[in-house]
Amino acid sequence: MNLRRVILWLSPVACGILFLGLWYGVRAATGLQSWILPTPEEILHAAWAERATLMRAAGGTALGAVGGFCVASLVGFVTALGLGGARWLRTGLYPWLLVLQMTPVIVLAPIIVLWAGPGLPGIITVTFLISYFPIVVNTTQGLLSADAPRVDLFRMYGATRLQELWLLRLPSAMPYFLAGLRIAATLAPIGAIFGEYLVGNASGGTGGLGFLVYTYNVQIKIPALFATALASCLLGFVFVAAISWLNWYVLHAWHDSFERRDR
Amino acid sequence: MTDQPIVQFREVSKRFGAGPQILDRITLALAEGEFVSLIGPSGCGKSTLLRLVSALSPVTTGALTVAGTTPERAHEHLAYVFQEATLLPWLTAAGNVELPLRLRGVRAPERRAKAADLLALVRLPTASALYPRQLSGGMKMRVSIARALSREPRILLLDEPFGALDEITRNHLNEELLDWREKAPFTALFVTHSVAEAVFLSTRIVVMAANPGRIHAEVPVEFTCARTGALRERPEYFDRVAAVSRLLHAAEEGGAT
Repeated sequence: MNLRRVILWLSPVACGILFLGLWYGVRAATGLQSWILPTPEEILHAAWAERATLMRAAGGTALGAVGGFCVASLVGFVTALGLGGARWLRTGLYPWLLVLQMTPVIVLAPIIVLWAGPGLPGIITVTFLISYFPIVVNTTQGLLSADAPRVDLFRMYGATRLQELWLLRLPSAMPYFLAGLRIAATLAPIGAIFGEYLVGNASGGTGGLGFLVYTYNVQIKIPALFATALASCLLGFVFVAAISWLNWYVLHAWHDSFERRDR
Repeated sequence: MTDQPIVQFREVSKRFGAGPQILDRITLALAEGEFVSLIGPSGCGKSTLLRLVSALSPVTTGALTVAGTTPERAHEHLAYVFQEATLLPWLTAAGNVELPLRLRGVRAPERRAKAADLLALVRLPTASALYPRQLSGGMKMRVSIARALSREPRILLLDEPFGALDEITRNHLNEELLDWREKAPFTALFVTHSVAEAVFLSTRIVVMAANPGRIHAEVPVEFTCARTGALRERPEYFDRVAAVSRLLHAAEEGGAT
């Protein structure tokens, strides 16, 4: 039993080592140079050398991502309340939300710069556009998912609509809302970086990982570009970890997904 | 107690939209304090009958009075126990028991005291802080009944509350239900598939037939001894079970034609 545990824990490490081996193998076999495919240690070296720039940029990106994420959560939640509460709103708005979702953000970039302005407002807008949809869809689904006998119970016991919303529909929707937040949390840093890449440099650029991607690319600092990817990845992990914690905090006491089994 | 029935069906029929007739001219009266079981084949409209009393569904034709008024206005006198415990998973056992009081706007300290009393009554005094997923099926049903009793109902509607439980748990809960009723008296309308359960609990059994749902027979149930676990071993109990089984069988035959 313990051996199985050890294997389970070691398997990601083993896969990582295998991947690194493959990396060195490809480099050795193809003879690619560092400015096309740097070695992992070159990337770490670049990351260390650029650490101050990377940290500052990651901080800027985090700001945009958190800002966009919060706006998306708030607006998404309120939209879902409307969609969950009124059928006519649901049928009326849903197709247009889909249209918004289907429009590639890159197409909207010039309009966003024009309307929201370059820099942080534009970045937050892009992040919002990318992370809003999953929150709306999930939360609406959740609000509609309260099961019929429980709704009957509330009606029978003379609950007002507000009580039904507050004591039944919102708690029922909570796992769905959090699932939406988790998807949004993976999208928000991507959105912020994308936003910085698109609109952050419109002002001449004040930082952010997305702007670094642009800068390092122009300067052909390829190991530093990989280091930027690494930093983005770490930022994403922090985001997802934070939301996973929130999910655990809200649901662990009662939700079946946190059921402890003996084995 | 008055002579006026607490629940009275007069020629009540029910169909959903343009669908088939679910209930056909039901006439039935419950006196205050009775324990009436409804038994019959699937599709005979037993559960629909409870939904009519609770105003979850309107009567199509005929007259139904509940506690001297229309079902819609009788809310305050009713409580309902569903097939499933239908507890809210995000509330503790105590929170679930408190829910009807919360919906009525009762203040928190009073609610808590009441919930503690009721959990003690249903013999779960230590479960108040546990969430439903930490409770067994039988315990969930106890909490569900405590929740219903928190409304101090004059009429308790029970829709196969013990159908999903094992026989041992079911027997225990049957005996206890009668105990609880002594302490918090209510008139019961009880839907079940089990003849034995109906005989054990009821002062009267209504046997129904299906297609369309109608009353096939009514049987008063009286025993010379108290309704405790020992009753299940007595010949008079067996006789009753046999008699109701025969009626049920006849109702099924009748329904098929």
